[in-house]
Amino acid sequence: MMNLTLKIWRQKNANDKGKIVDYPVSGISPDMSFLEMLDVLNQELIDKGEEPVAFDHDCREGICGTCSLYINGRAHGPQTKITACQLHMRSFNDGDTIYIEPWRAKAFPVVKDLIVDRSSFDRIQQAGGFISVNTSGNTQDANAIPIEKENADKAFDAATCIGCGACVASCKNSSAMLFVSAKVSQFALLPQGQVEATDRVLNMVKQMDEEGFGNCTNTGACEVECPKGISLENIARMNREYLAASFKG
Amino acid sequence: MSGILNSSIGRKFAMALSALFLMVFLLQHFAINSLSVFSPDAFNEVSHFMGTFWAIQYVLQPVLIFGVIFHFVMGFVLEYQNNKARQVGYAKSSRAANSSWMSRNMLLTGAVILAFMGLHFYDFWFPEINIKFIEGDMSGLIDPNDADSGYRYYEHLQHKFVDGWRVAIYAVSFVLLSLHLLHGFNSAFQSVGANNKYTKGLKGFGKVYAIGVPLGFILIALFHFFNH
Repeated sequence: MMNLTLKIWRQKNANDKGKIVDYPVSGISPDMSFLEMLDVLNQELIDKGEEPVAFDHDCREGICGTCSLYINGRAHGPQTKITACQLHMRSFNDGDTIYIEPWRAKAFPVVKDLIVDRSSFDRIQQAGGFISVNTSGNTQDANAIPIEKENADKAFDAATCIGCGACVASCKNSSAMLFVSAKVSQFALLPQGQVEATDRVLNMVKQMDEEGFGNCTNTGACEVECPKGISLENIARMNREYLAASFKG
Repeated sequence: MSGILNSSIGRKFAMALSALFLMVFLLQHFAINSLSVFSPDAFNEVSHFMGTFWAIQYVLQPVLIFGVIFHFVMGFVLEYQNNKARQVGYAKSSRAANSSWMSRNMLLTGAVILAFMGLHFYDFWFPEINIKFIEGDMSGLIDPNDADSGYRYYEHLQHKFVDGWRVAIYAVSFVLLSLHLLHGFNSAFQSVGANNKYTKGLKGFGKVYAIGVPLGFILIALFHFFNH
């Protein structure tokens, strides 16, 4: 069993200034998930009549992208290619001090404690992250169109982005380019995405800029911390798509 | 096409284009400086040509000056915008775990290079502009009234590297330039959308360029310091 000191960001609401608060926790099993450890802490806080720590979570199996914790200076904690819910306490040592903070970005304002508002991602998606399909009854089956294996694989890899925001949280510039490039790429690589390709990339990048995300300086931190291993190749592809679309008009 | 420079991708594309241009310039500067080690006469001839040929003086030189100013100004603008994108920082941040020191400190290394360029312009560029365009001496000769006195460029170069402190400042600045290029070379290609099957080879070439060219400049400075 492990005894830990947690340094957790507490913030009552969006207008509160917020601060780091220390919480000692004991009797933590190394086999617990990180979120279960927070559940233990919250139960203790509730038992003491204190406000539990608010944090986002849903599927707890690494596919929903909801959990968004900056743990000891890294998005989703010290392991790579996992989300915070897939992180286990065996990644830490007895006696450790663990910092737990929300994603930090102007475009991800803190709602409460460790919960941030990621609706800026939704607005970017709404700006062009879709294909328009006529569903009048004679829609062509997508599988009827042959697609190169290489492109199909790359499109699928891009589509595995769960929109968790770890790329923004990890980037020193709070840039959202890895997220947006994954959403642009998954369509740019497929014939179904070609019809709206020009408008898609222009509108999604425009929305990304309007939301207040920073500029990409190619540090590559996003790729390292992405739980789904989304490649920087996608950002290069988005750059090409954007420049071609801009020159096209 | 309209407003491309108002977008984040447009700005990084322009930044990358200016960087690629400056890297080509740096390579030709290095090639000409190398001549000073092997043949003072060849160095003098090429320097005179570069300093007096109209297309270089009146077309390429203004483009170069614009490229340098644009690169620095845009670098500071991007840094300012990026700082605005995160108004509250992390209490604990482990950036070394996911990115290189070079990639995170382009502004610092760039600022040192900017300061170095002030010294470099004071040493070479301002005196050249003064002699050619204010004093009106386009001869390139040590004594403009003596056709046999020879070109002044090699002598000027050697004279500057007599001072050990100046050589040390040059060496430190080129180490910082190397660190800047170790990230900047490949970053420029990524920004223009070039990330493909050739990227691995390009990264290798980028390392050779980023270390080799600044090291070459340092060795040339040391050569003249020890051989003046």
